[in-house]
Amino acid sequence: MRLVILENYDLASEWAAKYICNRIIQFKPGQDRYFTLGLPTGSTPLGCYKKLIEYHKNGDLSFKYVKTFNMDEYVGLPRNHPESYHSYMWNNFFKHIDIDPKNAHILDGNATDLQAECDAFEMKIKEAGGIDLFVGGIGPDGHIAFNEPGSSLVSRTRLKTLAMDTILANAKYFDGDLSKVPTMALTVGVGTVMDAREVMILITGAHKAFALYKAIEEGVNHMWTVSAFQQHPRTIFVCDEDATLELRVKTVKYFKGLMHVHNKLVDPLHSMKEGD
Amino acid sequence: MRGGQGAARAPVLQFTNCRILRGGALLREDLWVRGGRILDPEKLFFEERRVADEQRDCGGRILAPGFIDVQINGGFGVDFSQATEDVGSGVSLVARRILSHGVTSFCPTLVTSPPEVYHKVLPQIPVKSGGPHGAGVLGVHLEGPFISREKRGAHPEAHLRSFEADGFHDVLATYGSLDNVRIVTLAPELGRSREVIQALTARGICVSLGHSVANLRAAEEAVRSGATFITHLFNAMLPFHHRDPGIVGLLTSDQLPPGRSIFYGMIADGTHTNPAALRVAHRAHPQGLVLVTDAVPALGLGNGRHTLGQQEVEVDGLTAYVAGEWVTEAPGPSQAGSRPAPASTPGGPHPSRTWPFCSQGTTTLSGSIAPMDACVRHFLQATGCGVESALEAASLHPAQLLGLEKSKGSLDFGADADFVVLDDTLHVQATYIAGELVWQAEEAGP
Repeated sequence: MRLVILENYDLASEWAAKYICNRIIQFKPGQDRYFTLGLPTGSTPLGCYKKLIEYHKNGDLSFKYVKTFNMDEYVGLPRNHPESYHSYMWNNFFKHIDIDPKNAHILDGNATDLQAECDAFEMKIKEAGGIDLFVGGIGPDGHIAFNEPGSSLVSRTRLKTLAMDTILANAKYFDGDLSKVPTMALTVGVGTVMDAREVMILITGAHKAFALYKAIEEGVNHMWTVSAFQQHPRTIFVCDEDATLELRVKTVKYFKGLMHVHNKLVDPLHSMKEGD
Repeated sequence: MRGGQGAARAPVLQFTNCRILRGGALLREDLWVRGGRILDPEKLFFEERRVADEQRDCGGRILAPGFIDVQINGGFGVDFSQATEDVGSGVSLVARRILSHGVTSFCPTLVTSPPEVYHKVLPQIPVKSGGPHGAGVLGVHLEGPFISREKRGAHPEAHLRSFEADGFHDVLATYGSLDNVRIVTLAPELGRSREVIQALTARGICVSLGHSVANLRAAEEAVRSGATFITHLFNAMLPFHHRDPGIVGLLTSDQLPPGRSIFYGMIADGTHTNPAALRVAHRAHPQGLVLVTDAVPALGLGNGRHTLGQQEVEVDGLTAYVAGEWVTEAPGPSQAGSRPAPASTPGGPHPSRTWPFCSQGTTTLSGSIAPMDACVRHFLQATGCGVESALEAASLHPAQLLGLEKSKGSLDFGADADFVVLDDTLHVQATYIAGELVWQAEEAGP
């Protein structure tokens, strides 16, 4: 893995956005060659989305030939509910960029046959040629998407009941009222994300530090599902200092020492304007 | 044509780089329009998987719901209370000219007139949708003749009436048909007003209290009977008294039916109401404030003689006189004569003139010639209420008064796409009705 450590949230968000930007541009997407991106929700990626929007508004990055697949969506929440992941993606990303609506895929938590919806999602990913870069976050309980502790590490897209930790973490978005938080969600599986050609996990904040420790310094364990990516050939963890608080000093020093290598991935920052 | 089956195939218009008034705030959001209505872009994205067919850059300007004027007696030489053979042309002329003031819907107002006038004029002013031809007509506002003699203002005494004899039948006999009527202003202290108010309200007509010497008790009773509006608060009613606040007391009355809100018109032209009084009303009951122009035929014209109902008045710069008699200066404590008119005046009257003018020989004001957008600016400046509140007072509140808030007075999804493009000083740059550009300032963009 690559462990990229930035000083604070803003710098970590920017590094991640630059990386995504460079990957898309270097891929040279076009009419018959779409770049497929897996996308997360939550508070962690907000800074990254803002930077991507900025690059787009500056004319440096276009999403015209990008297909996106979101990780998850609540079950039973109306699509236009302010806390649905459809609303999140529209307000925080899609409405500011030039992606074709037909290429923005999000699971439908109100489908009549939820498992069929999940199967269809897997099929769409396959038809798109698989995911080039799956961007994700980590829950305080070490989960990726809604693959709660105990989820199979080879799981596929399916219906999951949310763990109490997750419900508590989400309560802040529902006026602190636990009874209003959805208890089920459709989510890509650990296996689904593992199939991506590249994975980038964003982890910021001290409250995620223990989960990061469990994910990268302990063994592969279905109680901390992000640990599965120890077995992925190409994973990048992008963190801020606070997220490294539970790691060994040795680990942190080693990867900080590699930052000059990591930074070559984002510097120079490419632009579609130059036509490169 | 709005909505309908063809709407889904109609082109999608996206207004970008703007601040829109929504939910009481100015948001940095794009405004999407289709089929003459405001469109939900999120729904368009996820359900129809479509993008806009056309984008229009608004240059960072403000997009507000089109203004709604529920009290306007005429303008540009047209007097709605004049019984001509072709009233429709006059209404159309005004409807077209007020587009430049940001007004997209209005209630042509008739002052106290003899029955012949109502019988002849009312059938010629049907409710009509707005468009490139002009602002929409929501219905007629009948101000009088069932008003107080003492508080008649500029209304002709000879044509005042009461409904004591036959109640609602008197009303019908006087007006003829009520088909095109939207608002009736009356004085609730007149005998049998309760049944008249109830009958009018039952027909969906908004009853307004005005030109009245009613005390607070009578006013509250009128509200319980169905009245929902006050015509030009403070003007033509008893002044606020601390032991009997009169009609003004409705703003803070606790005797109104639960869930019911009282709306009140205010002429914020800089003269009809002292700014301190405007602030008192606004602070007491901000949600009920409805800006009206109460404009007279002289609106938008140069100096000269004009008719108002059955009377004649004359405008000449800072001087006002009627029927050949001179009055040397505009009377009243408001110092109207010494106040310079705002620099930018859409409609183009003389820059040194002041807004209102007065009936001869009295201190009685008789209507205003301030365009609606000037009223909005003056209201904002006088109360310091915030741009959002000022805009809502001219759009959302009149729509709520008339029960039209689902389709007018807001930029909510599904509402009619009647809106104005304003610069930061709230001057109108462009006016849209049903998503179509119907007026544009010369040098400006869309």
